Amino acid sequence: MTPVVELRAARKRFGQVEALKGVDLTIAPGELVALLGPNGAGKTTSISLMLGLRRPTGGEARLFGLDPVDRRARSRCGVMLQESGTTGVLTVREIVNLFRAYYPSSPPAERAIALAGLDAKANARIATLSGGERQRLYFALAVCGDPDALFLDEPTVGMDVVGRRAVLASIRALSATGKTIVLTTHYLEEADQLASRIVVIDRGVVIADASPREIKARIPSKRITFSVTAAVGEAAFQGLPVQSLEVHDHRVGLLSSEPEGVLKALFERGVTIRDLEVTGADLEEAFLSLTSRR
Amino acid sequence: MTRPAAAPLRQMLLAQTRSELRMRWRVPAFSVTNLALPIVFFTFFGLPVAHVVRRDGVSVGAYLLASFGAYAVGNVMVYGFGIGVANERGMKVDRLMRASPLPPLVFMLAKVVTALMFAFLALVLLIGFGIVVGGIHQTPAVWAMVITRLLAGSLPFIGLGFAIGYWSGPHAAPAVANLIYLPLSFASGLFMPLDQLPGFVRTLAPFLPSYHYAQLAWSALGAGRESLGESLLWLACYTALFLTLAVRAYRREERAKFA
Repeated sequence: MTPVVELRAARKRFGQVEALKGVDLTIAPGELVALLGPNGAGKTTSISLMLGLRRPTGGEARLFGLDPVDRRARSRCGVMLQESGTTGVLTVREIVNLFRAYYPSSPPAERAIALAGLDAKANARIATLSGGERQRLYFALAVCGDPDALFLDEPTVGMDVVGRRAVLASIRALSATGKTIVLTTHYLEEADQLASRIVVIDRGVVIADASPREIKARIPSKRITFSVTAAVGEAAFQGLPVQSLEVHDHRVGLLSSEPEGVLKALFERGVTIRDLEVTGADLEEAFLSLTSRR
Repeated sequence: MTRPAAAPLRQMLLAQTRSELRMRWRVPAFSVTNLALPIVFFTFFGLPVAHVVRRDGVSVGAYLLASFGAYAVGNVMVYGFGIGVANERGMKVDRLMRASPLPPLVFMLAKVVTALMFAFLALVLLIGFGIVVGGIHQTPAVWAMVITRLLAGSLPFIGLGFAIGYWSGPHAAPAVANLIYLPLSFASGLFMPLDQLPGFVRTLAPFLPSYHYAQLAWSALGAGRESLGESLLWLACYTALFLTLAVRAYRREERAKFA
């Protein structure tokens, strides 16, 4: 079967900056792929190349086996982009109907409006929507033509908890019906909850492409901090699944993907711990540890 | 599952035009200025002298109705495209549109069709006002010719509007459009007949696009100063000039945003 997305040794240079440094990526029909990476990693540039919004400076990009700007390829895609807008004087239903006309066979507008959780706002003018509602409107525009593939760039940014939950549920439901979905996020948890495959991009290269389980094992997801009564050396952490260890006097900070294991081992080694805190690791920090390790 | 590979262009154009009409109608800055302003101007400049008869036998009322008709259509085009395009660029509508299956040409064509419909409405309202309130008389055939010629000859102003829309930002566009279009209309004799304007304006006028554009309407009344061919040639040159400027700015932006 023709892959939905193919990037072959794709490079993109903006002036002096090389945003993508040779990305190879193939996405098959029906996959739900999350592109994960810190801000500025090249996620948006990757999506732009896939959709033909930007042309690669090296390598190749194909969409459904066609040039991404081909109307036949575009007609099978729904997209939600960062930094794109629309005039505010139309109502939600009117603009959904407008976008439905761009696609060969669109289901009724109500379906897309419901998928985005905007039923109560169907007759409201776009200008009156909140930031989160507007973001959900873009989701409705992406799905209204019943496309085979969805490209969602940071889909949940700016959404409140309820709106976010509605959209994530719709993404899952669409994926279950066989749609191909490519989304970008800088939340490891979001990628983990949704995707069957996570592609980690950092500084313009793919540094990992695996299942969420494998990715989580490789990226330290938790930050552990605590105080110790007696000074410890780095030797106390020998052989533990620990990244980016910092010891300042009696204060210890570290990143790990297995906080329970680390703590258990420390207890067994007789380290006395106080003021323990385990928090979700900041992804940028986690990436830094990953790349500095290599 | 078999379904067509893409939506029919006619379906897209229809939906796009319907939305453009709604958008234009709902923004008073467009709808009111487009439709009411020419009537207001005509009330001040045209009505008081409507029944004076010119040396060529045409009433000043009819002559100025043609003048303000030319002003009205140019107004719809220059402001509609100038401010409209600049605003949409400011709101980054282009990025969303670019990623959709809608071809850019259909997007632009819908704008042109919408503008022509608004221009038609503006002309009908203005001329209707002149006939009913001003008691200005011409045969329906003459009015039909004035309207047809003004709509058909509006291309240079579409070009000028696009050029302003792509060269200036959303905040500057209204000022730029005003600074270009109002003096242009005035100096072409659209607000007052040329023979009432200072000498240097009379010398300048025959080089301006609005002057030759208005000739299309004046000559339909029998008050023209040049042949139809001459007017069309001037308008074609200005169309080429403005469209070149617009396309150049459009390409510049394409390179920056979508290269």
